[in-house]
Amino acid sequence: MYFSDETQKKSRRLTEKWQDEVQETLKSNPDRKDRFSTVSDLDIKRLYTPEDLKDVDFARNIGAPGEFPYLRGNQVTGYRGRHWTFRMFSGMGSARDTNARWHMLLREGQTGLSTAFDFPTLMGYDSDSPKALGEVGKCGVAIDTLEDFLELIDGIPLDQVTTSMTINPPATILWAMYCAAADIKGVPLAKIGGTIQNDMLKEFIAQKTFMCPPEPSIKLISDTVEFGAKYVPRWNTISISGYHIREAGATAIQELAFTLRDGIEYVEDVIRRKKMDVDDFAPRLSFFFNSHIDFFEEVCKLRAARRIWAKIMRDRFGAKNPRSLWMRFHTQTAGCSLTAQQPYNNIIRTTVEALAAVMGGTQSLHTNSLDEVFCLPSEHAVEVALRTQQILAEETGVVNTIDPLAGSYFVESLTNEIEEKTWEYIEKIDAMGGMIAAIEKGFPQMEIADAAYKFQRQIENKEKIMVGVNKYVTEAQHAVPLMEIDEKMGEEQIKRVQDVRRKRDNHAVKQSLTDIRTACKSGANVMPCCIEAVKNLATQQEICDVYREVYGEYRDPGLY
Amino acid sequence: MTETTAKICAGDIRSASRLIRDLEDRIPEARPRLKQLFQYTGKSFIIGITGAPGAGKSTLTDALITEFRKQNKTVGVLAVDPTSPFSGGAILGDRVRMLKHAEDEGVFIRSLATRGALGGLSQAAGDAIHVMEAMGKNVILVETVGIGQQELDIIHHAHSVIVVLVPGMGDEIQTMKAGIMEIADVFAINKADRPGAKQLQTELTGLLAASPLTPGAWKPPIVSIGNLYEPAAFAEQTAELARKISDHHAHLLASGQLSHRMERQALIEISDALKSCILDPLLRELTDSGELKRIAQKVKNREADPYTEAEALARRFLKSGEK
Amino acid sequence: MVAKPGLDGHDRGARILARCFRDAGFEVIYTGCHQTPEQVAAAAIQEDVDLVGLSCLSGAHRILFPRVVELLKEKNASDITVIGGGIIPEQDFQMLYDAGIKAIFTPGASLDSIVDWIRASIQTRDEHH
Repeated sequence: MYFSDETQKKSRRLTEKWQDEVQETLKSNPDRKDRFSTVSDLDIKRLYTPEDLKDVDFARNIGAPGEFPYLRGNQVTGYRGRHWTFRMFSGMGSARDTNARWHMLLREGQTGLSTAFDFPTLMGYDSDSPKALGEVGKCGVAIDTLEDFLELIDGIPLDQVTTSMTINPPATILWAMYCAAADIKGVPLAKIGGTIQNDMLKEFIAQKTFMCPPEPSIKLISDTVEFGAKYVPRWNTISISGYHIREAGATAIQELAFTLRDGIEYVEDVIRRKKMDVDDFAPRLSFFFNSHIDFFEEVCKLRAARRIWAKIMRDRFGAKNPRSLWMRFHTQTAGCSLTAQQPYNNIIRTTVEALAAVMGGTQSLHTNSLDEVFCLPSEHAVEVALRTQQILAEETGVVNTIDPLAGSYFVESLTNEIEEKTWEYIEKIDAMGGMIAAIEKGFPQMEIADAAYKFQRQIENKEKIMVGVNKYVTEAQHAVPLMEIDEKMGEEQIKRVQDVRRKRDNHAVKQSLTDIRTACKSGANVMPCCIEAVKNLATQQEICDVYREVYGEYRDPGLY
Repeated sequence: MTETTAKICAGDIRSASRLIRDLEDRIPEARPRLKQLFQYTGKSFIIGITGAPGAGKSTLTDALITEFRKQNKTVGVLAVDPTSPFSGGAILGDRVRMLKHAEDEGVFIRSLATRGALGGLSQAAGDAIHVMEAMGKNVILVETVGIGQQELDIIHHAHSVIVVLVPGMGDEIQTMKAGIMEIADVFAINKADRPGAKQLQTELTGLLAASPLTPGAWKPPIVSIGNLYEPAAFAEQTAELARKISDHHAHLLASGQLSHRMERQALIEISDALKSCILDPLLRELTDSGELKRIAQKVKNREADPYTEAEALARRFLKSGEK
Repeated sequence: MVAKPGLDGHDRGARILARCFRDAGFEVIYTGCHQTPEQVAAAAIQEDVDLVGLSCLSGAHRILFPRVVELLKEKNASDITVIGGGIIPEQDFQMLYDAGIKAIFTPGASLDSIVDWIRASIQTRDEHH
């Protein structure tokens, strides 16, 4: 028991007295509204007391940092040992443009790189594909071949900086480019570090950048896990993501539950398909969460995440290595919480969200820029976003102690509630036969669509408020200088990729693609052939086309 | 031949589409246009596809379109989706599963909402089918969810009826309207890689064996179609489905059954048209004048009975030559 | 019709709109994401819709939205109203209006305002006659 009988009794008495006074007060001073809830619509009580923690066992449920269940953190020294990585997601236009932005961010104190690719690259199309019309370089960097990639990482010391790449269906290919680039720069694979997002389940559920059907998509993911475990030990080969699930309209609990269940699905596949021991690869699994505007809901969600994953790893998979039990995650502040109206308000939102991520113990953080409701961030806007992190780290003192909110009646209670409801979802999906089965039935997709519609209705009827949108609306326009991607950039990129196709050894490319096809058909690990292919300057669409050919293309069931 | 008729017979999508819509909306000018087209209809092979929601009908429809296109046949598709009883609106999303045919000039896909229980769905569907026939479509696929009586009625417009079942959907054979089992010409077990497929097949075979067969009658075959993502097998199985459908069509022609079904279709259309030109205006007038509501109140309070009221109205309206 | 042209798959808004329009009593053709402008135009004509709502969050609206309008014009379907939404900076509005987009609804636009605009701008069949 967390509090002694004595304390519980006293607390109960005081709470009862307080309740009576509340009732009195309400008679003449009613609450501002009938219901107080989180942005995810979880009911929050007026007061939390020791009674809310009466079933908590301190050692089992809360414990110490670096100890199971890791509620208070994986690292024994917390942020005093090391700050979270300041890792700003960025990419725009050409590799050269992005490289410039990357150097600027590193100069300004960013400590890790994160790559945003344009839509053609994300979907496995070259810049000159008819499907790429109007999209080249618009929401991220255009990468067609290793030549582009080498320009992207020009001047970046690959053995000193870790790089995250938000890429899903073509993850094997972009990672192959990174490995090839390291090789060319003389950096051994054992020394490079980074992450590829490489999480296809959430694509089927939420983000919709998909290519091949679920089965083969997971096979490719397991290939990367296997290759990483053997040859690139410092690389996180999956970033099991909840961010996009949340952006699509999910509640905090759905975000957490679907993400963790996706993780379970991946772990099961690697064990089954690659016959690997869980401790051989689990330490290199990583996660990616959203940090939304409801401060405490997010802090509690992240703490619950750590505890649940530790239990899953130890109890469901029998992991023995403590590092297998650690949930390590990157966080991004919520894009969907930003408003186009009065955009400077977004700085405040991002700040609060970043603070929640830090109080939740994130390993790595991206903060959105105020103008991202309109377009890619301008240099000034991204600087403010980066400074937000740095101010939190250097000035506010929240990093002086580990997991400062622990022990709060509210925080521990909400953390427990979120965990409980998350387990319910996980069990439900287990009963359906797993995540792939649930996706086929449309379960997570419909849960999210319903939650998104409900939230929109709550905004429409002012049950939930967005400042500047449905309250405190002004006619005044607050102009924000916006960044534009020149259409010419797309034309130049098209010329580049066509040039590469002309001058490379097309015979060697053809052979590499055949090798990839053979590996796909035989079930062998595709990574070695991919690296060979990108070195020969195969384009990423050419390799993706092999995948599409062998594995087929996923058909969107179009659920609404 | 009017301009509209000429355009539609030439396959012009815009005019055909506009006419289908006007017919659906009961625009007065539309019916005469359909009358002009009627003589050019009756030459298409009409296939009905029905089954419970989630059975994967649209995916099969999409595969069948591919098969028929391989045979160089032009295809019309009518995809029926339910209207929300609360708002009167509808989300018609069947097209999503037939995306790859969107730009094929030889394929015309049209969505239709059921528009509520007041009837008229059958006629709207029949009208749309006729327009597609006049366009010269060799094959017309009509896809509908087989759970409402109205939706089932649509199936009577078809020459061949495919019923799609999926394993693991509970006692679906029992829960689906009994009528469906009788009208099925071909059964498709979709998602046959799921558990329960074998049982479903056995159950279905048993049910079919139990029903009496007249000599020379068609025995509805059962085609199993597996995982969509095993492209080679899927293509083969859907080709088999297309073959069985064609076999049925051939049977209909050889046995004289097609003529019989087209007569049945004609009877239904006459009946629908009668309803449309007698009952609908009558009901509309009574509703507009408030008389229907008054009568309903009387019936509710048991001051009158619906039968006597209807007889009185019939005498009144039919006698006066009211249309 | 609610359609997402281009490669952007972020369909939260598009799906909410589809439901909202259904609840407002409209019939909505929902085509899903990853549509080419050609697919959008072909579908709009086959379904004879009154309005096409295009959603794009990837920045490709400048090319894709006008292309849909152009294709509808080529096929003699200019009477179909085209509106757009998504991540569209204000500096692009005029260019889109010039290209024939009748209205643009960006983040924060209320569902009611969109429905009201549609009701006010689209002549219903009853009004035609």
